[in-house]
Amino acid sequence: MTQSTGKVVNINGNLVSVEFQGDVSMNEICFVKVNNTTLKSEVIRIRGNVAQIQVYEMTDGIKCGDEVEFSGDMLSAELGPGLLGQVYDGLQNPLPVLAEQAGWFLERGIYADGLDSEKKWKFTPTAKIGDTLRAGEYFGTVPEGSFTHKILVPFYLLGKYTVKSVAEEGEYNIKETVAVITDERGRDIPLSMSFKWPVKRAINCYSERLAPVETMETKVRLIDSFFPVAKGGTYCTPGPFGAGKTVLQHTTSKYADVDIVIIAACGERAGEVVETITEFPELTDPRTGRSLMERTIIICNTSSMPVASREASVYTSVTLAEYYRQMGLNVLLLADSTSRWAQALREMSGRLEEIPGEEAFPAYLESYIAAFYERAGYVRLPDGSTGSVTIGGTVSPAGGNFEEPVTQATLKVVGAFHGLSRERSDARKYPAIDPLISWSKYRSVISTKKSQYCKSILHQGNEIGSMMKVIGEEGTPLQDYVMYLKSEMLDAVYLQQNSFDPIDANSGTSRQRYVTDKLIYVLGSEYNINSKDDARAFLNRLRQKFIDWNYTEFGSDSFRKVEAEIDALYNENNGRLSHEAEQLLKDGDCE
Amino acid sequence: MSKVFNRIDSIIGNVITVKATNVQYKELAQINTRFGKSLAQVNKIDGDTVSLQVFAGGQGVSTGDEVRFLGRDMRVSFSDDLLGRIFDGSGEPRDKGPALTENMKSVGGPSVNPTKRILANRMMRTNIPMIDMFNTLVVSQKLPIFSISGEPYNQLLARIAMQAEADVIVLGGMGLKYDDFLYLKEELSAGGALSKTVMFIHTASDPTVECMMIPDMVLAVAEQFALQDKDVLVLLTDMTNFADAMKEIAITQEQVPSNRGYPGDLYSQLAARYEKAVDFANSGSVTVLAVTTMPGDDVTHPVPDNTGYITEGQYYLKGGRIEPFGSLSRLKQNVNGKTRKDHRALMDAMIRMYSSYKETLEKKNMGFSMSSWDEKLLKYGKLFENKLMDLSVNLPLEGALDLGWEILAECFRKDETGIKSDLTDEFWPQK
Repeated sequence: MTQSTGKVVNINGNLVSVEFQGDVSMNEICFVKVNNTTLKSEVIRIRGNVAQIQVYEMTDGIKCGDEVEFSGDMLSAELGPGLLGQVYDGLQNPLPVLAEQAGWFLERGIYADGLDSEKKWKFTPTAKIGDTLRAGEYFGTVPEGSFTHKILVPFYLLGKYTVKSVAEEGEYNIKETVAVITDERGRDIPLSMSFKWPVKRAINCYSERLAPVETMETKVRLIDSFFPVAKGGTYCTPGPFGAGKTVLQHTTSKYADVDIVIIAACGERAGEVVETITEFPELTDPRTGRSLMERTIIICNTSSMPVASREASVYTSVTLAEYYRQMGLNVLLLADSTSRWAQALREMSGRLEEIPGEEAFPAYLESYIAAFYERAGYVRLPDGSTGSVTIGGTVSPAGGNFEEPVTQATLKVVGAFHGLSRERSDARKYPAIDPLISWSKYRSVISTKKSQYCKSILHQGNEIGSMMKVIGEEGTPLQDYVMYLKSEMLDAVYLQQNSFDPIDANSGTSRQRYVTDKLIYVLGSEYNINSKDDARAFLNRLRQKFIDWNYTEFGSDSFRKVEAEIDALYNENNGRLSHEAEQLLKDGDCE
Repeated sequence: MSKVFNRIDSIIGNVITVKATNVQYKELAQINTRFGKSLAQVNKIDGDTVSLQVFAGGQGVSTGDEVRFLGRDMRVSFSDDLLGRIFDGSGEPRDKGPALTENMKSVGGPSVNPTKRILANRMMRTNIPMIDMFNTLVVSQKLPIFSISGEPYNQLLARIAMQAEADVIVLGGMGLKYDDFLYLKEELSAGGALSKTVMFIHTASDPTVECMMIPDMVLAVAEQFALQDKDVLVLLTDMTNFADAMKEIAITQEQVPSNRGYPGDLYSQLAARYEKAVDFANSGSVTVLAVTTMPGDDVTHPVPDNTGYITEGQYYLKGGRIEPFGSLSRLKQNVNGKTRKDHRALMDAMIRMYSSYKETLEKKNMGFSMSSWDEKLLKYGKLFENKLMDLSVNLPLEGALDLGWEILAECFRKDETGIKSDLTDEFWPQK
């Protein structure tokens, strides 16, 4: 195929129009030659013989008449062993390699391969000559960190193939041919350990998509017990600035019970990425005992990097996630922040002079957001194993108001909503997820009834609290006041969590079940309380005990000791378990 | 080399178009009008129609004026000669000194590779207790000062410029009242800080386009100093004027506005400037403090709102004081554990007590009777406001911490403070 060429005829910000000869396809990658560099760009609209392209770099210095070369390929990610532990920009250029080439700054026009083509990997064949293979099935493996990285038949190969030859066990780099397969017409296709896939197309080489049922532990109590996320599900975290969206994602990326975490820092602060890059290699993954960085990929397109590659970065991230899912792994993609991605769409839409929708966002905003979240999923693979991509996206609504297009479009398509509130973050409550507005459609680690019971305590407490603001503490009946204190206690000891404390921050399922049972037992009981002062004193003591309990290791001696103190306090005040709570505890957590 | 054109096709606001070929995007041009020369910058090219924003504004530009393309982008001279000097948004001297033309550096350059940054972990002392003690400023941090018109934000900036522990100060004024410009200039020279300061000043009466250039000029210079191992403090006032200037140009060029008339790329534009704050591995640093006035004291207005998402916290300047509650330095925990061991505990306790004081004050205003505890809090609150919160207080961190203990000791018993006893034993002032 001959490659088309063209000449620049119009420049408006990072939108450039090109008059071309030959054929050009939508979303094709092209390069603008300016001075001594070439700038990577993508075709986003074609009219007659003029293509409009978004340039992934600053466009300063481009002239009318500058040459443009079309590549014939769409924007693609390079897939193969060696992705884990990398820090990429939105176009999959490894940032450390760019730093070696260009120094301090991200000079434009410098690109590097996503994968190291020199590095040798220990390949073990799994397919035999004569085996039948389809796209997305594997024919060999290499060890990558603690994972067995499956070498897959490229997703773009349609139809059935027969293995003609496969390399022996040994060391190969990602460009060497390790197998030859034959298609149904008898043509040979050599395969190496890496291949490219266009990032804007979902990878669907699975047998079937399953309903996400298994809870993905985040170790955040408020999430796992009350607003859980399922493996293969989606959730969003909208919140005003300073409410702790990024901190929450950061903790999740450390403790979440998944194989691989992909962090897409999309249009946010560079300092936060630096924190992750500095911290992660030093931390150990409790699941494998190896460095946390070995299970992490960072795609970082911070706010000052070009807008068009910010748009590409979320697609690059989700493509890498789907690629690892195809190996039967559970992958969590954390996108921070999807609003910046939506703003990138808005900027391009404005330059294209499209008719604007609400708040000048393009009319296709909703379908783009939906299509992105739909790339999550829990799937059965051709070999019978399962894998999942879970997507968690933060949303940064203007003015902290959730009634804006990006939040609303996201809420339509996600399975769980963790709304952060300014009041809770101002009160230094972490996580600042507001239990009164958040919801989840997934199954919790505790039984649904228990979860509802706890939530109802919070709701009642909130109602009484608002009432008390009007009629004062004096006018509130003692029973209501006790209820209010109970809900405050539940909030303080269970909803709030210290993300800096290694024990408290890492609260697993069995602990959550154990502690909620104790809480339901304590909060679902009546006590001999005669005055509000008594009530406050008693519940403050209980609260302190539970907080101390949070800092003891589950099942340890000190854990038992504090538990005994809680029981003693309970008996001292003559606690009597209510019928409702008793029934709940009897039912257990299995449904 | 330079191309000259004698026909201006259209003049709309500050934007003119000419028919020209072989012009680069963002190239500078010089235009000779009856009022003198002005720079102009290409901001759109459509075939042979080239749009330029004229720095001096469109007023008085004639269709017959000469436009000379310079074949280069916007640049600023960089050398130690900059120190003590004052320039305008085109880089021309505003003082009586000579124009600088050596070692020209492009402005608005590419962003720093995140892998070349290091974690912010050095404190920048300002000797203002509300900053050092309660919301520590960290080298390479970017923080806005949210304020409203009429607040003494320029006084605050002047104090910081004089007291901060920075090697170089680069001050950018956007839409400054001329009085404020004079005030800043006089304060800095009286305080002896002028010799380590470079100023780029756009006053309210100067053309709008120059306002837009100020942050880029300031940050380009700051970045160059930082690469020479200097710790640079950038002070900008007022970023809302910068955003308004962008809005004006965007509307003139018929861009689709997004929120309250601001262009859709407001976030990216602000971020591109703020993200210049950096601590280079094995070299200098850039720290940014930028005044952002909130129209109508509304923090959800697009400018402060977008700013809040970009910066690492904010200072609220209200009633002539830095508010302890809304203000937040997100990076303070990177440094305040290493200053003095009582720093964090004392900071938390004093803020907690101050918040109780506010509640008591409210009760008092509603006419409730005051208990002896309430009286203690009232006394504490007064002392706290007068001795620590006042903007004129100039105390090193250690002095501020000692003063904090004294204030507590004057009002409370040790066990009323809620501070761990090993700290009170060590630091409680002996009478």
